[in-house]
Amino acid sequence: MNLAVRNIYTIAKREMGGYFTSPVAYVFIVIFLILAGVFTFPLSDFFARNEASLNAFFFWHCWLYLFLVPAVGMRLWSEERRLGTIELLLTMPVTGWQAIVGKFLASWLFLGLALALTFPMVITVNYLGNPDNGVIFCGYLGSFLMAGAYLAVSCLTSAITRSQVVSFILSVVLCLALVMAGWPPLNDMLSQWFSSGVINAVASISVMTHFSQFQRGIIDSGDIVFFLGLIFFCLFTTGVVIRSYRAG
Amino acid sequence: MIKIENLVKLFGSKRAVDDISFTVGKGEVLGFLGPNGAGKSTTMRMITGFIPPDSGSIRVGEFDMLTDPIRAKQTLGYLPENAPLYTDMTVYGFLNFAAELRGLRGADRKKAVHSAIETCFLESVIHQNVDTLSKGFRHRACFAQSILHDPEYLILDEPTDGLDPNQKHEVRSLIRNMGKRKAIIFSTHILEEVLEVCTRTIIIDRGSIVANGSPSQLKAMHPDYGSILITVRNVTEAELRDKLKTLSAAAQIESVKNKDEVVTLRVYPKDKKSSGLATQMAELAIQSGWKFDELHTDDGRLDEVFRAITLPDTVKKSKKDGPVITVNV
Repeated sequence: MNLAVRNIYTIAKREMGGYFTSPVAYVFIVIFLILAGVFTFPLSDFFARNEASLNAFFFWHCWLYLFLVPAVGMRLWSEERRLGTIELLLTMPVTGWQAIVGKFLASWLFLGLALALTFPMVITVNYLGNPDNGVIFCGYLGSFLMAGAYLAVSCLTSAITRSQVVSFILSVVLCLALVMAGWPPLNDMLSQWFSSGVINAVASISVMTHFSQFQRGIIDSGDIVFFLGLIFFCLFTTGVVIRSYRAG
Repeated sequence: MIKIENLVKLFGSKRAVDDISFTVGKGEVLGFLGPNGAGKSTTMRMITGFIPPDSGSIRVGEFDMLTDPIRAKQTLGYLPENAPLYTDMTVYGFLNFAAELRGLRGADRKKAVHSAIETCFLESVIHQNVDTLSKGFRHRACFAQSILHDPEYLILDEPTDGLDPNQKHEVRSLIRNMGKRKAIIFSTHILEEVLEVCTRTIIIDRGSIVANGSPSQLKAMHPDYGSILITVRNVTEAELRDKLKTLSAAAQIESVKNKDEVVTLRVYPKDKKSSGLATQMAELAIQSGWKFDELHTDDGRLDEVFRAITLPDTVKKSKKDGPVITVNV
């Protein structure tokens, strides 16, 4: 195995272990599954819709992740700074970006695991009707990418501060901005003052806009580039923040 | 060899480290002394590549820390100040993690982890979570991490901080033993530690090196170094003084104590480097039939030297803060 891959793997493994040795992982997964269920069934009237699809399920994800993903990501770097272990980690023979990518991947995989545990939903719609499983797969892919984008934002905010609470709040606010930019009521309001070009530009930075494509079963390379680009940008900025922190 | 040249680090407008240069070779244990905030930790963080210097160069063996940090870091072991640890891991898990990052795999890793556990007396806690450990164990767990890969260079920031006297002793003998093969830099506040462990000492104050030499050289800076204390019972002070004045090696004589017919004087030699004075005094005492309780050569006090060269000039003037010592670096 390549040295960089090894280091990323080692760091990711430790980070993942950290979730499961504390109650964080279990609490998160249970709450995520309960909320996903509550949003889908009572709130969206899953049964009354009489649709063989998971639209009611995916519709809520951008709001659900708004609070849950920052809760997972808030400790990534702030905890390292608070404990002082960042000094230990970065004086090991690893580069900054290996550490950033390793930690990010571990958390992303963890979110992926929580998402995968919603599989009874898929079984349910398949039992009740004949859904288009391709569309459902697209929904999951989009949801996973969106979780990664939120997580990258949390990763960035956690590098800024040693307080997990500050990191959480900053991250929720930034993610909210990313959602709201494409929220139809807001766009309608903006359309009173701005031209449609401006509205489209604003909406195009929204995770909601890009995620809605996946919900319809469309995998557009533009949407994938958007999410991956957002992740790359946030992780790159995290690297800059950490470097400036070290430089004093 | 670790070679540091003209290292400068600014925090805002404050020069935390101001043009520091020194080298440490294999077989040397360098004690890093200085008051709090003198720049010890900052210097160590720069040597280990955690923070970049504003200017200057750092060479660790054949590698440059600034241009080739990964390979330089591979040859280093580092115990940061306050011994940070991941609190959500067991000691065993933590050491395995560190060993993996050090590139140790399979059987090598197992062997390294077990030998570090043994060296640092961690057997009893290896499966305990780090946040349930006492300070001494946490410190040793972090110390174990720094020696896992048997590095050529060790940087230890206050390695005995928070340990009990027995553990301190263990860690000191460990450092002394490892110092025979490695180059070690360690910082401390404890002056006896320096005398016990170091082959060389650097004192830094407000970002600059103010003294650099072996512990005995530093002690020799003390004005009382080489002077001889004599305590005699059955003579008056005047008589004792008169007799001592006749000695060819004696310079100045100072009264230390005169109580209940027991007189203590301090005699300074004319030449600090020669040991003639003690012999002369012993002969005189025997000839004169003095009942002497003590005849003792003062070898200087490191704590007073340390105080004298690190206190601000204004404080240094007052007598009670100890003797005025001038230093030539």
